[in-house]
Amino acid sequence: MIEFQYSRATDVADALRQIADNPSAKFVAGGTNLIDLMKMDVERPTKVIDITRLPLKQVEDTSDGGLRIGALVRNSDLAYHAPIEQRYPVLASAILAGASQQLRNMATTGGNLLQRTRCHYFYDTSTPCNKRAPGSGCSAIGGHNRMHAILGTSDACIAVHPSDMCVALAMLEAKVHVTGASGDRSIVFADFHRLPGDTPQRDTNFDAGEIITAVELPPKGFARNYSYLKVRDRLSYAFALVSVAVGLELDGDTIKEARFALGGVAHKPWRDPRAEAALHGQPANAATFARAADVLLREARGYEHNTFKIDLARRCLVRALTQAARGTPQSQSSKKIA
Amino acid sequence: MADGRADPSFHSPNDPTRHASGSTGAEISVSLKVNGTLHALTLDPRTTVLDLVREHLDLTGTKKGCDQGQCGACTVLIDGRRVNSCLTFAVMYEGAEITTIEGLAITGALHPLQQAFIDHDAFQCGYCTPGQICSAAGLIAEGRAKTAEEIRELMSGNICRCGAYTNIIAAIQQAMARS
Repeated sequence: MIEFQYSRATDVADALRQIADNPSAKFVAGGTNLIDLMKMDVERPTKVIDITRLPLKQVEDTSDGGLRIGALVRNSDLAYHAPIEQRYPVLASAILAGASQQLRNMATTGGNLLQRTRCHYFYDTSTPCNKRAPGSGCSAIGGHNRMHAILGTSDACIAVHPSDMCVALAMLEAKVHVTGASGDRSIVFADFHRLPGDTPQRDTNFDAGEIITAVELPPKGFARNYSYLKVRDRLSYAFALVSVAVGLELDGDTIKEARFALGGVAHKPWRDPRAEAALHGQPANAATFARAADVLLREARGYEHNTFKIDLARRCLVRALTQAARGTPQSQSSKKIA
Repeated sequence: MADGRADPSFHSPNDPTRHASGSTGAEISVSLKVNGTLHALTLDPRTTVLDLVREHLDLTGTKKGCDQGQCGACTVLIDGRRVNSCLTFAVMYEGAEITTIEGLAITGALHPLQQAFIDHDAFQCGYCTPGQICSAAGLIAEGRAKTAEEIRELMSGNICRCGAYTNIIAAIQQAMARS
């Protein structure tokens, strides 16, 4: 880890002033990913600005019936927050599917959005990686790529976004509130993270001089028919091979509205409006779900070691839709997949 | 790192505690309590809470396993919440109260979790045990786990390479029943 200056920010304006003064500064809150990356010399900030004292720790009702989650709300506090458990159980479930309780006690809402990929080569500074060192090449294409993406990849990068929480936020169509030198703006969740294209060094459309202040949930939480299904190499405390967040609105057996997002398959939480449209107005049964999976995976591409993810994604989607339609969401403590 | 594999052989070559002096010229003063004792310290900001307790305060009960947040051996309680002490900078904890394994026993009597781990032979080599016990103390305080299945899930951040999990669960259930 390189030497750095440490300072504390007193409020949002102070944090923005401090980061504007030093382009290689980084904010730290939970630190669970940043400090890991600093130890590996992947992140080398010359200044670290501690934002843990900023007043961004509330979860508040919004005037339209949604919720506004402060950027510094810890993952565990959010997962166990009663209005989240009751009105947005898919979000609580997704958070509890990620990391460990120790890490969830540290990690924040804003930081979860900004965490970097866990691609082995991104972490290994002795290997080429276009995300870490633009133009150096991608070691994962043609390398050990079992954990990597099958959708939305480019010739420059096949890394996946590691978050579980973000998969649920994408399905719920959350908004990200950010503040920067030019004022406040909000970014719809689908536009927050980017596909790699030829600029994989940019994970998000969030600018370096900005700070996330809140994540806003719209009123619709799909509390009746939802599921978060995560499949991984061990039962807990591992990143997803494939995960799926589903929300359904049913009229009898007919699907009125369907939304789903996938984790572990792309550089961002993966939504596909065409695949969702294949469910609208259809009976909630296995044949319908299989058709949606066909649409979802129409352009999926496997690499040497991860082709299995195409079938796995298909089965996970069908299973998660089935769980949601039955009103029997996946438990995050019992790992039996019903 | 990438997929939860711990690599205990890895230690950052720039770990500040491995050098005789901090040499940054930007050391930071911080006051915090560890196991009830107030410490006023001046630290290289790179010092993690783990290195603070082990290297500066000689509290070596807390173990450095992976040093990357993947094994849980470094688990301590900060303001009552269990965290990975390897993944957080000590200078961020002005005014905080840190409890390590050395701070759990009260006036010479073993903490109920320590006794339960002995009663159930809930370890083999013992390296993960301080982290397991601090994590279990956090788990019991959270009150979210009731069944063995829930304990297993919410203790998944603590890896035991000897595979003592069955007895660890039994020990936690014993301490939980008596808490």
